[in-house]
Formats: sequence, C-alpha cells, structure tokens
Amino acid sequence: MDLPLAVEIILKAVVVLAAFLTLPLAIGQTEHKVMAHMQGRLGPMEAGPHGIAQLVADGIKFVQKEDVTPASADRWVFKLAPAVALIPYLVALAAIPWSAAWVAADVPASLLLVLAVTSVGVFGTLMAGWGSGNKYSLVGGMRAGAQLVSYELPMVLAAASVAMAAGSLSLTGIAQAWSWWWLIWQLPGALVFLVAAVAELQRVPFDSPLADSEVVFGPYTEYTGLRFAFFLLAEYAGIVVMSLLFTVLFLGGWSGPWSDTLGPLWTLLKAALVAILILWLRIAWPRVREDQLQRLAWLVLLPLALVQLALTGVGVVVWG
Amino acid sequence: MTSRDVLFAAVGLITAAAAVLAVTNRRVLHAGLWLVVSLGGLAGCYLVLGAELVALVQLLVYVGAVVVLVLFALMLTRSGGGEVDTSPAHRWLAAGVGAGMTVLLGGALVAAYGWDTREVAGPGNEHIGEEIFGTWVWPFELLSLLLLAALVTAVAVATTGHSRDRAA
Repeated sequence: MDLPLAVEIILKAVVVLAAFLTLPLAIGQTEHKVMAHMQGRLGPMEAGPHGIAQLVADGIKFVQKEDVTPASADRWVFKLAPAVALIPYLVALAAIPWSAAWVAADVPASLLLVLAVTSVGVFGTLMAGWGSGNKYSLVGGMRAGAQLVSYELPMVLAAASVAMAAGSLSLTGIAQAWSWWWLIWQLPGALVFLVAAVAELQRVPFDSPLADSEVVFGPYTEYTGLRFAFFLLAEYAGIVVMSLLFTVLFLGGWSGPWSDTLGPLWTLLKAALVAILILWLRIAWPRVREDQLQRLAWLVLLPLALVQLALTGVGVVVWG
Repeated sequence: MTSRDVLFAAVGLITAAAAVLAVTNRRVLHAGLWLVVSLGGLAGCYLVLGAELVALVQLLVYVGAVVVLVLFALMLTRSGGGEVDTSPAHRWLAAGVGAGMTVLLGGALVAAYGWDTREVAGPGNEHIGEEIFGTWVWPFELLSLLLLAALVTAVAVATTGHSRDRAA
C-alpha cells in the first residue's frame, strides 16, 4: 500500500504520539501492581476493574491542581524544564524500530540519534534544579548532572560495542545482524548498558538526585499539577525508550519464531520483560550513596565497557 | 530557493540569534542555556547540509556533555544567578575580535569558493569513518594523547591540593 508522503508522515507521527502517551501509562500501572504484589499488597483497586484506570484518575487529579511557580524561581527556566525533559524521549521513540518495517523515522545512524537526543534530556533536570530557586532542588540537580555525565560514557561505549559487532550504526541493521550467541559475546556490555540505563533514568538504586529522605524530591520538589505529571511521564517514557533500546541492541529486537509476522510483538514482549526487570530493581535494592554511585561508574562500569569493546574488536577481527 | 535553503537559513538564524543572546546575557546560567540552543542549532545546520554523523556527534558531545559540565560547574560554585558586568573597553575589544574573525573567515570562504552557489552533498558516515581512521589517524590519535595529558594533569592538580590541605 503506497500512501502520499505527507499522509504517511502524519500517520506515523500520530502513531508514535499515541504510543508515547499510552506505553508509559502501562509501565506506570505495571509498576503499581508489580511493586504491590512483590510487597504482599494489592495496590490500587478502586478505579476500574482491578484498579486498571488508576493512572487515568491520577492524570485527572494532576490537571485539576494549581500550577504554582515559586516567587524565587527563575521563571522561564522553571516553566520550560518539564518540556525539555519530556520531548527528547518522544524523538527517541520515533527512531527505535519495532521490526524491519515498523519504524517511524528510519535514519542511517539511528543508534547515535537515540543516544544523542536522550543525552539532551538531562537539561530538563538541570533547569528544574536551578530554576526552582530551592536549595534541595539545586543539590538534587547537581547530583543528577554529575550522575548523568558519568554514566553516559559507559553507556555509549557499551552501545558502540554492539555497533562494532554489527558493523552498523542503524538500529535496524544492528537487530538484523544479531544472532543468539551475542547473548554471551555481548554479555558484559549488556550488563553495563542496563546498569547505566537505570542510572540515566535516575531510578532506584541510583535515585540519589531524588532521594526523598535527603533532598525532599530533588529537582522536582517545587513542581505541582501538570508540570509535575510531565516529569513523571518523562520518567516512565524513559523506561519505555531504554527497554526498547536494550531489546534492539542486546536481545535481537524482533527476532524469534515467525518473526516475519509476529516481529513487533516479540519486540514488545522482550521490552516488557526488560521494563519489569527495571521496575523490580526498585523493589529489590536500597539506594546507593552518591560516592558509591560515582565509584561504580568509573571503577567498575567503565573498565568493563572497555574490556567488552576489546572483546568485540577481537571477535570482529577473528570471525568477521 | 529550495526548501533546503529556507531550512538552512532558519536554523542558521536561530543559531546566530542564540549565540548573540548567549554573549550579551548578563546572567551566566541563562547565557549557558542560550549556548545550548546555539550549539543545538549548529547541529541542525550540519544536518541540513547532509552531514548526519557530524550533527549527531555535535549534539552528543557538545550539548550532552560539555555544556552540562559548564552548567554543573556554575551550579556548584553558585555563580549562575549572579549578574556579570564587563567594562565598555572589554566589550568593544571583544566585538572587534569577533567582527575581525567573521571578516577573516568569510573572506577566506569567498576567496576559496567565490560567490556562486554550490551543490552540497554531505559525506556518508562510512566515508567520515574511513577518513578519520585512515588519512587522519595520526592527528586523531595525537588529539587523544593531548586529552589524556590534560586529564592526568587535572588529577595531579586536584590530588596535590588535597595532600597539602591535610598536612596543614
């Protein structure tokens, strides 16, 4: 079926936007339920059957709340921060393939595009930390900045290893070059990428920028209503993007039985499992201290990523 | 004018305007944020000219890492909100240097390529890779050596300060 270019672009944009608005809600609801059941609770049960509409109810609540800008805030920086945090993940989602045909924006260096735009998202957190005019926000923003810069390096190196193995910077090309023994060959890189992704998302155990017992809620302390909801949406959208990226890079994306027809479903299933793993970490581990966090990035993850890079290089030269 | 020309002019205008705002802004942190817009706009310029890889690396390195570090340092020293005022002489000197550089670069471009328009087809990603790791591999490796030296020096400066503090 051939559509006119403009119609095709609009249609793809609408589909990506729909996925961007629904998948994070699904992740949020899963987090409520998985966390509750792992802790021997029921979780939300009132809104809809088995509490399935809880996040919709939350959304309605957020819309009704007053949008407060503190008197000492840096007004425009404060107001723009949620958008800056959210939009990069929308762009990233458009570039990640669900199957060889199911990709909204198929660009030649899509891996680099996704890594580059997600690295812009940190400005949302920095702007929130600075713009709030609150010392807890400032400390939280600084922690976030230090953390994101440190963990970006091992993450990019781990991704580079897969790109080297596949000989391609395109996510579609990488997923097509994947074969099952990469699960072992790229295992150190996969571990590094997963840990760095959780740190980039500022999720437990790497949530010291938001640590509620130390800095209230870090950069997001002063936010209310819809702007606060946007930050939450950015966090869950981040989980969606990182899970999909991990799936495409390290788990072969859509490869599986009958991948010609079921490809996107395989991607969704694998990404959902990765997302649940990321949620599970929050329930299983306590928060890592700030200095331990930096130590892990520079003394464990970075050398491991370099070893993986060397391993991949040797592999490519010997077998490639 | 093709649509690419219009796009290039728009991105270029945004880049230049953000750069002017970054230089003229009195609040350092706002200047840093305008620098983000300007560097991002520059990545857009590269993209319009077809150099995809250069554009993405610009975004990843300059926007995603270098300016983040600058903002982090501003927040750490709490000097981001302060007003910065320079003397008129300072400003005129800076404007003169900037204008001179513009004339120099513009003159060099006009001297090299003349006034007529040229077809721009950005190099492919493979081509850039081959050039960096083939023709230009020695300058590239020398640069990494320079960065390594800077890194080691920074560590040395930081740690010697510490031991002196502890001894005192």
